[in-house]
Amino acid sequence: MKNYIAFWSILMKDMKNYYLKPPNISWGIIFPISWTLMFFMKSQSDVDIRGILPGVMALSVLFGTTSMLAVTITFERKSRSFERLLLAPISLNLLMLAKTTGAIVFGIINAFIPVFFASLMVDLSGINWASAFISVVLIAVTSTFLGLFIAVSVSEVFEAQTFSNFFRFPMMFLCGLFIPIENLPVFVRPLSYILPLTYGTDVLKGSINETGMIAPWLSFAVLIGFALVLFIVSTRNIKKKWIY
Amino acid sequence: MKVIDVKKLAKDYGDFKAVKGVDFSIEQGEIFGFLGPNGAGKTTTINMLTGLAKPTAGSITISGLDGVKNIKKVQGIIGIVPDESNLYEEMSGYDNLVFCASLYGMEKGKRESRAKELLEQFNLADTGDRPFKAYSKGMKRKLTIAAGIIHEPEILFLDEPTTGIDVESARQIRKLIKDLNAKGTTIFLTTHYIEDAERLCHRIGFIVGGKVIKVSKVTDLMIESQKENIIEFVIDGALPDLKEALLQNFPNLTIKEIANHSVRIGSNEKVNLMPFMKFFDANGITISEAKIIRPSLEEVFVKVTGIEIEKLKKEKEGRKK
Repeated sequence: MKNYIAFWSILMKDMKNYYLKPPNISWGIIFPISWTLMFFMKSQSDVDIRGILPGVMALSVLFGTTSMLAVTITFERKSRSFERLLLAPISLNLLMLAKTTGAIVFGIINAFIPVFFASLMVDLSGINWASAFISVVLIAVTSTFLGLFIAVSVSEVFEAQTFSNFFRFPMMFLCGLFIPIENLPVFVRPLSYILPLTYGTDVLKGSINETGMIAPWLSFAVLIGFALVLFIVSTRNIKKKWIY
Repeated sequence: MKVIDVKKLAKDYGDFKAVKGVDFSIEQGEIFGFLGPNGAGKTTTINMLTGLAKPTAGSITISGLDGVKNIKKVQGIIGIVPDESNLYEEMSGYDNLVFCASLYGMEKGKRESRAKELLEQFNLADTGDRPFKAYSKGMKRKLTIAAGIIHEPEILFLDEPTTGIDVESARQIRKLIKDLNAKGTTIFLTTHYIEDAERLCHRIGFIVGGKVIKVSKVTDLMIESQKENIIEFVIDGALPDLKEALLQNFPNLTIKEIANHSVRIGSNEKVNLMPFMKFFDANGITISEAKIIRPSLEEVFVKVTGIEIEKLKKEKEGRKK
């Protein structure tokens, strides 16, 4: 059985059916612009584009991947077309990797749209691009698997969105994007360190502005750990909940 | 040769026992019908056989493979047509078939030619580029069957293949099922349309309340259920006291039904037609037809399951809605 054919077809089908649809492409453009405007309004003066870039990139990935994956999987499950995939002679791990790869690619592209806009306005020299790219990939993988975890936990599309926000908004405020972690109340700080976005944002800050607080290798390791745990828990839940 | 062998298969959902230790086997090249009312355990059984549900107990062997431990290998040699079409609404009929073929690892050229071949075979070639959501119910059903056989499976599982579609589409689907079987595909068919089972199946298993209560050849079921020999004469002509005259001449018979142009008689012994011919002739009645009346599968179903046909018909109506 040529598994790569099934993997590639599922990926291409999702790209065509979901990720490359005009509303999703426009989402990738509108979302970072909205965030940049929000920071602009907040500061009421010139925005430090380079300063906010790691945060906008991280949030673009987080919102893009979790929204898309939670919706597409829940939608396919409702329409029963996901059942067809479960009945195919491919392993559940391969199937879920094929389903999530589209969202990961979508997340990575989303992250670099703000970079493109920023490059038109400010000087982006001195950025450690290799480290930035690795961190974007790892944030995309972790966020996608978080989206998978959410999709497996709910049965309706609207539940997926609501449940996503349960994770996304606390992460937004606690991962050091708006308020530096050291400025958070002492009793809240431990919470920041159990959120994957904290590590992703920190390594992005380090790559772009050299303001990271955590060693990059540690952030990468934590992100990989989160990704593995989320993927294993999600596939186990699929076996438990969807293969009755 | 057995291609499916099920032993003591059971499935519990908490306290509810959906399937209670069923045993049956299916021979290669057979069309096996799984008959029962709603909630009898048909879909749960099919889900366990195809890998969408895990058995609580028992064993499944499909083409010599363990159907629980080696389900992914099994899924490569079986085709599944669920009770509701589960193809992608936005994709065209052709794209749906090509995609389904790719799930079985078929190369690009092969899956494209197979998709075209099936669209032709199922009379969908002209609508192959239309999105699936624009198809009629009958067309959707046919395309779902085509998707189920895209990889030329040895065994095809069909869950309620003709439910909720128009008469013509149902007729076409029955023909497709027969054609597939004629080419060697073993077919496992669940239905609560007794007519479908009677027309298509070689053997039937009756499932009620999660238990298989009988498995038998359709012809054997009919014979077993035949309590007496019933013969119907189609007659031309009339006799005012036909019933009395018949009983007077043939005291060992029972008159089952008498109408303007037909008489049904019953006997516990073999019926010799000659005396009847003479009797009708002597009374100026012409016999245009004489035929043996066998019990219908519907009657057999009622006898075996104890479920009234009216109840099944109500279920059918419910499903159509």
